Amino acid sequence: MNETKTAAQEEEVMSIKNVRVPSSPQDVHPNQPGDASVHLETQNLHVWFGKRLILEKVNLAFPVNSVTALIGPSGCGKSTFIRVLNRMHEFIPGAALAGRVLYDGQDMYDAAVDPVNIRTKVGMVFQKPNPFPTMSIRDNVLSGLKLAQMKYENPEEIVRTCLERASLWNEVKDRLDASASSLSGGQQQRLCIARSLAVSPKVLLMDEPCSALDPGSTRRIEETIREISSDMTVVIVTHNMAQAQRVSDYTAFFLSEDGAPAQVVENAKTDEIFKKPKDSRTNDYVNGLFG
Amino acid sequence: MSTTNNLIDLEGADHLSDSPTPRYFGREKSRTRSDKAFSGSVVVAALSSLFILVAILFYLATSSWPALQKEGFSFITGTTWIGGLDDPSLQVFQIWPMLYGSFLNALLAIIFAVPISVLLAIFMVFIAPKKIARALTIVVDVLAAIPSGIIGIWGFLVFTPVAEGWARLIHQYLGSIPIFVNNQDQFTRSPFITAWVLGIMIVPIITVVAREVLAQTPQDLLDAARGLGGSLWGTVRMVALPHARGGIVGGVMLGLGRALGETVAIYFVLNLIFERVNYYRILDPEGGSVASMIIAKFGEATPEEIQALLGAGLVLFILTLIVNLIANWIVARSARERLA
Repeated sequence: MNETKTAAQEEEVMSIKNVRVPSSPQDVHPNQPGDASVHLETQNLHVWFGKRLILEKVNLAFPVNSVTALIGPSGCGKSTFIRVLNRMHEFIPGAALAGRVLYDGQDMYDAAVDPVNIRTKVGMVFQKPNPFPTMSIRDNVLSGLKLAQMKYENPEEIVRTCLERASLWNEVKDRLDASASSLSGGQQQRLCIARSLAVSPKVLLMDEPCSALDPGSTRRIEETIREISSDMTVVIVTHNMAQAQRVSDYTAFFLSEDGAPAQVVENAKTDEIFKKPKDSRTNDYVNGLFG
Repeated sequence: MSTTNNLIDLEGADHLSDSPTPRYFGREKSRTRSDKAFSGSVVVAALSSLFILVAILFYLATSSWPALQKEGFSFITGTTWIGGLDDPSLQVFQIWPMLYGSFLNALLAIIFAVPISVLLAIFMVFIAPKKIARALTIVVDVLAAIPSGIIGIWGFLVFTPVAEGWARLIHQYLGSIPIFVNNQDQFTRSPFITAWVLGIMIVPIITVVAREVLAQTPQDLLDAARGLGGSLWGTVRMVALPHARGGIVGGVMLGLGRALGETVAIYFVLNLIFERVNYYRILDPEGGSVASMIIAKFGEATPEEIQALLGAGLVLFILTLIVNLIANWIVARSARERLA
């Protein structure tokens, strides 16, 4: 592919890709790959650490402004998968992949694509709250804009909007200059969400964002997820079945059997996965028979 | 009465009071003979370093006392050095040009060395492939191990002619700036060249410390920065460097201590001028250094002059000690911050 593409050419490439034929039918998400309402999808994705194949044949599409939950037992590659979606995977020594990850129709692993640019469009919230401890609450919210060297006006407005959307504003509005490490764990995680929102990503990846939090904080973050999904695609890894049902529109079930590379066993609307799963393994997992 | 209360009764009436006295625990005591021998030798080793420090200080203070007493405070602030006379009363020993020179050299060396060291450490931690980083670590360690005499000779024979060219260029284009004025048409043996030689000696110290603290930047913070679209430079500047700041400052202070105490290397590359202070003309062939002065003067010194040189050593010793204490304090504080 030509490395010096104009925006118009990119548009064209995108539109060509968007009329592609869907891949293998059994893996197809409710929203067909190639659908214009999908701007993030993986095609025949394989992921390795060194020589070890971790994920195999993952075909998933994430419809625009929906919430997709990734569920599955520990160690089945969900976190690895989610890190592939914004090119964080490549920071791990020995990491490799095959297949394609399309963002707005373009393979984000194409040599012409700037990974830094991808990460501003596909943001990430991590398992453990990780605000920058040397910065104030305000500076944490603005940190992404500075890190990505994005131009912005009216920082106070950005700080307020993002903190409101992460439902943290009322708790911190009087101490925006306090250190981020003075916040509780749940507040820190909401600050991390606010920080991610500030760079206006199109997709937000969340890797078990509530696993280290108490039920009250978890509930507030779930409310935030519902709220931000009105104009953002959310992909959330969770071990909490109830949470998956509460927050997600779609659910994908990952499973690695007997040390084999993990695959997506089933993906469908969340209701279907939990109420009438097609695969017996999904049924067993969501009903707590293993995992 | 409950069983518990019975037990307390047995221990004595004091324990029945409402506010019991807490019993604190010290380190566990050695009980076996080998353990006692071990802790004994550890204590002796620990005390011996303290003893040596105190003994040196005591020796320097007592043997330089007559000179210090004669000169008073002007020993430090004065700018006259007259030694080698038969009549001791005519001799004057004042070290301000040397003392000031020591600090000027060290400060310039820090200015030259810090950017190089920090960039080198950033390269080793965040950019270089593992193999190259390991090779560089060895190179830096070897650089730290080169004897200062060798660096001095190299500085004199090899580096001075090169740096003289730099100095001439700086003077030619920036000569209107006061610090780059030079009216003597000699560009060697200046604080500028001395500071580069010192800088080369302290780069390994600062680099090693900076690399250590940068490598300890928590992975989750690096992930956070990268996940937000942070470029490499943005991530280093906004996350890694603020995190490592305290440690790097500590490393700089260690380097400063080394630069202040350096003797032989400076002796090779700097003109020591005793009668006036070169405050800021760093390209002038005039400078000072307490440590170099001691070896420069020691060979032909009169007994009184030796007392004064020991006094100069005492002043330098105390200053270096203070710098090292500050360095330790800063490193310890930043370690505490990291843990918190």
